[in-house]
Amino acid sequence: MKVTIVDYDSGNISSVINSFKEVAKDKVNIEVTSDLNKIKSSDKVVLPGQGSFNSCVDALNNISGLVDTLNEFAINNKKPLLGICVGLQMFADIGYEETETKGLGWISGKVSKIDNQNGKYKLPHIGWNQINIVKDSKIFKGIENNSHMYFVHSYEIVPEDKNVVSATTDYSSNIVCSVEKENIFGTQFHPEKSDKIGLKIIDNFINL
Amino acid sequence: MLKKRIIPCLDVKNGRVVKGINFVDLQDAGDPVEQAKIYSDGGADEICFLDITASNENRDTIYDVVEKTSKKCFVPLTVGGGVRSVEDINKLLNCGADKVSINTAAVQNPEVVVESSKKFGSQCIVVAIDAKKSGDKWEIFTHGGRNNTGIETIEFAKKMEDSGAGELLVTSMDRDGTQVGYDIELMSKISSMVNIPVIASGGVGNLDHLVDGIKLGKASAVLAASIFHYGKHSVKEAKEYLDSKGIPVRI
Repeated sequence: MKVTIVDYDSGNISSVINSFKEVAKDKVNIEVTSDLNKIKSSDKVVLPGQGSFNSCVDALNNISGLVDTLNEFAINNKKPLLGICVGLQMFADIGYEETETKGLGWISGKVSKIDNQNGKYKLPHIGWNQINIVKDSKIFKGIENNSHMYFVHSYEIVPEDKNVVSATTDYSSNIVCSVEKENIFGTQFHPEKSDKIGLKIIDNFINL
Repeated sequence: MLKKRIIPCLDVKNGRVVKGINFVDLQDAGDPVEQAKIYSDGGADEICFLDITASNENRDTIYDVVEKTSKKCFVPLTVGGGVRSVEDINKLLNCGADKVSINTAAVQNPEVVVESSKKFGSQCIVVAIDAKKSGDKWEIFTHGGRNNTGIETIEFAKKMEDSGAGELLVTSMDRDGTQVGYDIELMSKISSMVNIPVIASGGVGNLDHLVDGIKLGKASAVLAASIFHYGKHSVKEAKEYLDSKGIPVRI
């Protein structure tokens, strides 16, 4: 089996690489690339993302054919894809960080700034918060409800169809922190930085 | 609910831990990788390395340490000390650091904060502020606390937030190394003035100081070095104590 982490200049992805390699050991081949053919021939794809929605979408578009390849992989061929942080946010139709930017449009909805309630809540939302699992998700196999995950973000995805939401977390409001729509998975938190429990989620994705 | 974080800090010099946990069963007490692993296994919410290597020849040792640690510890890793440029930040992130803390360079050239937060995202840019009380205000010190810049701290903190810092690591130079507790007034003033998280540092001598840093200092996270060294307190003990005082922590 081959799992590809898409390397599209989206900021710091070394922790994602380290965590997947740790979980995969020698059993699964972890590839880090933006090579379209390698992505096409993968069994699973991981779409990381750090920085702003706008900068990540720009970086995706800068690699000619990459968005088409991801569409073919996830939408046409329905192969498993995991988006992490801004990688998840880009599933939406539109994002409002820095400037209004079109997303991948895989999950109807928008990405907007967390309401800090006039300074009551500090942003970014940084640190360990508990997840409230609202739907059985394949990547939550063996994960207890209210487990702690590591978050770093100021924007949240707001899907139109709440049925795609698999977990929320409480910060200012019930923020969507995980989605599952058929073969498409996403986490707003960072499983790669969420200690053993985070590695378990990565293991679940690899073993789908 | 978002939990308050406990961040043990390790001073690293020439690739070796200077002050660290002195457990008898430790294979190599000077190995930062092994020490970081003990902390993360013990429930540390993040790990911080402060590189205090003085000579330029040995500067690269920290990259090797970060690279090895990031392959073994799966909690966020912050690295600071001697970070001068966007290129330095890039190198540390590529080695596996999740956040980089910038001290002197942020004061001398705030553009570094603007540029790096745009390039890598605010989430990985921590501005480390070393402040010392002077009359009724606090002044910023640089170069590991050796140079007084005369810059007023609260204004500077706000400027760093506007420049794109994701967090502020605030150290009281008056308290650092004294073990008499954080400068609560300084912490709470900065925390009330900015909308980004503040990490309190400098002066922790016992577990009540951690409680004070959060309850009175309004810090989002507390950083400590010496109380975790030499096995005085474990991270687990610290968390249980905070929990018993009604502070939300990850246990």
